[in-house]
Amino acid sequence: MIKLLTGNELLTGDVLWWTGAGWSLHLRDAVAVDDPALLARIVAEERVNDPTFIDAEPGNPPVPRTARERIRGVGPSVRPDLARI
Amino acid sequence: MYKYDQYDQALVDARVDEFRDQVARRLAGEITEDQFKPLRLMNGLYLQLHAYMLRVAIPYGTLSSPQLRMLAHISRKYDRDYAHFTTRQNIQYNWIKLEQAPDLMADLASVEMHAIQTSGNCIRNISSDQFAGAAADEVADPRPYAELLRQWSSFHPEFSFLPRKFKIAVTASDTDRAAIQLHDIGLQLVRKDGQLGFRVLVGGGMGRTPMIGHWVREFIPVSQYLTYCEAILRVYNRYGRRDNIYKARIKILVHELGAEEFTRQVEAEFAAMSDLGLDAPQAEVDRIAAQFADPEYDAGAPDTLDRSDPDFAVWVDQNVHAHKHAGYAIATISLKPPRGIPGDASSAQMDLIADLAERYSFGELRVTHSQNLVLAHVRKADLYALWQALAEADLATPNLDLVTDIIACPGLDYCTLANARSIPVAQKIAARFESDLARQRDIGELKIKVSGCINACGHHHAGHIGILGVDRKGEESYQLSLGGSGAEDASLAKILGPGFNKAGVVDAVEKIIERYRSVRSGPDERFLDTYRRLGDAPFKEAVYG
Repeated sequence: MIKLLTGNELLTGDVLWWTGAGWSLHLRDAVAVDDPALLARIVAEERVNDPTFIDAEPGNPPVPRTARERIRGVGPSVRPDLARI
Repeated sequence: MYKYDQYDQALVDARVDEFRDQVARRLAGEITEDQFKPLRLMNGLYLQLHAYMLRVAIPYGTLSSPQLRMLAHISRKYDRDYAHFTTRQNIQYNWIKLEQAPDLMADLASVEMHAIQTSGNCIRNISSDQFAGAAADEVADPRPYAELLRQWSSFHPEFSFLPRKFKIAVTASDTDRAAIQLHDIGLQLVRKDGQLGFRVLVGGGMGRTPMIGHWVREFIPVSQYLTYCEAILRVYNRYGRRDNIYKARIKILVHELGAEEFTRQVEAEFAAMSDLGLDAPQAEVDRIAAQFADPEYDAGAPDTLDRSDPDFAVWVDQNVHAHKHAGYAIATISLKPPRGIPGDASSAQMDLIADLAERYSFGELRVTHSQNLVLAHVRKADLYALWQALAEADLATPNLDLVTDIIACPGLDYCTLANARSIPVAQKIAARFESDLARQRDIGELKIKVSGCINACGHHHAGHIGILGVDRKGEESYQLSLGGSGAEDASLAKILGPGFNKAGVVDAVEKIIERYRSVRSGPDERFLDTYRRLGDAPFKEAVYG
């Protein structure tokens, strides 16, 4: 199990994933990260809402542990036409 | 329909300007998210799983054609070409960008709409009977009183920070189409000795601790009902719990005090307030009531109907109700088409329905708590043309109150509070039945309601069959309940037994329905009545046997 860093973009509300160098809209770009100092910096910057670490299985893309985060990662399962792929 | 006066419009316009400034300050980094969040929530703007969600109030579920066209325009311009009608007669947009929200709200204000008080611990949108003003069985149109409640509760300084959110529903019929017994306050308009007044319920609700409301007043004249509501809110505001969010709703206060003692306190407060003149002056009541005058019905409208097209006849039997005026009918537009998402409508569908309302129903529509739409004043002679136009847009599904007319909250597909998905469960259950209308009609009235979490936005406690999504170690699971009703025979559904996964719950629902068909006393006995007669034993046996 790895940790991913995720949040929602202030301007758009879009789901974001930490890539190691910045943010991506795509779960496939997410990298394992578990750095409290990074989280504290992002919280302080106030540009990403609700930043948090989540558990995931490693892979390409990684697979979040909970159904909630898996749905966050892709989009509403009932609207595949709106999926983030 | 009610038209804003200068004060209504000024209030809404000022709120748009205020929110525009708040958004600008947030984006400029002048205020933090902790400071901004309560401000955006006061304007109905939530942050959900995938994006910001805006909940727009539709007062007592009544809309004009221009308003619905604006809602369609907003879904095209600011969202992803669709929107979702909710179980409290509101509409939600799922993909709003914060920077565009002020412009969106200005567009809403241009058609006398807003998203104020659709979140927070305040008095929320006043809901009502979707057939109000048209129903053959009502004592009077309840909407003028709902509108007065809207004005009274909007920006009410004393009730902007209640212990918890507060929901009021108003009806005027013995047939309850607004679930008044499951609201914080339920008001039923009645006539007594020639005088109009309200029967008053307090302390109903769903959520984590479902309760049916208590009748606290058998009659309060319409000239005093606002003061009486104010007295109820004052007692709640003073004694409602603020230390525990799960015990903060008025139903808990009524339960803990006992209905008798709660009523005594309300009556004492009411007596102390009754000479303060808090109710609206008669001239204002008359001004509002005049805006809900009947439309100019065609006195010569034929009262007969050509039912020679069998598909049309089925739709009439299922989706059309009696109107108070001869020659007219009430038509419900199902937003539960095969493979559809309950309550969702595309911008094109909204535009079409707005046009049809203009052509056939005096430019007025209603939203139902069952997530359907209503054209309330259709000439019977126009029903066939209306049905044909609806059918072309996949809007003529004849399934009102049948097994495929399922209420479902957005669930884990959208909602940050949810534990499990609601919509796919509703779709999979519907898929078992939607190709066989004869089977659906044989099953008869069956209200399935699906919530994705304990907050019960999908009204599962009031479902004949209720389904609650829960989290089991990060995976979705579903709990079945039977025997609920949100109608005049209100009851709370009882849990049947251990839960299921998604496929399992669909199988279980079908087994329950087939067991019902085999044990009912006859084709006219509804599922709910069979359950009440036999209890849960045959259904437990069918599912777990």
